[in-house]
Amino acid sequence: MKARVHVTLKNGVLDPQGKAIGNALHRLGFPEVGDVRQGKFIELEIEETDQTRAKARLDEMCRKLLANTVIENYRIELVA
Amino acid sequence: MKAAVVVFPGTNREHDIANAIALTSGAKPAMVWHGDSELPKVDLIVIPGGFSYGDYLRCGAMAAHSPVMREVKTRAEKGVPVLAVCNGFQVAAEMGIVPGTLMRNAHLQFVCGDVHLKVETSQSLFTNRYQQGQIIRVPVAHAEGNYFVDNDTLKRMEDRGQIALRYCGADGDLAAGNPNGSLRSIAGVFNETKSVLGMMPHPENAIEPRFGGTDGKALFESLVAAIA
Repeated sequence: MKARVHVTLKNGVLDPQGKAIGNALHRLGFPEVGDVRQGKFIELEIEETDQTRAKARLDEMCRKLLANTVIENYRIELVA
Repeated sequence: MKAAVVVFPGTNREHDIANAIALTSGAKPAMVWHGDSELPKVDLIVIPGGFSYGDYLRCGAMAAHSPVMREVKTRAEKGVPVLAVCNGFQVAAEMGIVPGTLMRNAHLQFVCGDVHLKVETSQSLFTNRYQQGQIIRVPVAHAEGNYFVDNDTLKRMEDRGQIALRYCGADGDLAAGNPNGSLRSIAGVFNETKSVLGMMPHPENAIEPRFGGTDGKALFESLVAAIA
């Protein structure tokens, strides 16, 4: 199955890149833009049919490598 | 003092730090390729600067899981001293052998130049040849040196004296010299037992007068004095 992992900065962690993106959007004529937070999107193919097992494995992958839990949260999405 | 310098694809300061160690200890360190599963028996392990694995995913994230790093982690946990500089600090943080993490510089720019540092303690393997509170000048070169750690851990670290170095102005003013937005101007931290030092600045590039200063030399002399 296919899985999608979203990695985002935790609340309260400053995101200078997101801020720079926000500023650029303002300059481009999008004054309605408020706070911008940048994250990562990782798509994985995994050989597993059981959803629970897949989630558990993905959770381990996130904790070991895909996210740095000191500053980042992650969200796992399974796609059939 | 027998030292080993770990080299990853993309490491670029290994010769600088090997030279600094050879000059101060009289012995050339062993260079260890990241894919090796064996690490020679040494008194000091060095994780040098550079751009290991092209900084893919996060700085240091890939290198932290290289084959040889399992052994580095085991040795570090047994108390073998580890000096982790710049990208090495990022790797050490990703491995969890020092607390916290290094984020993108707050102003988003690469910083390259000399900074002033305040040596927070002389009571360590790495700083015994400095005075507590001494201001030294060494170069930095990084885009991700913005130190961050959660408040509870930070408080424990401050209480235990785990902050090794802080950025400051030439007169020691902590508010003046922060080049990257680091929390509390932190430039270098110890693990709990002070056997691991992670730092963003490059002491190995401040050991010869012809190259702008020698303030980094005492760090290597400290190690030689404590270990050899």
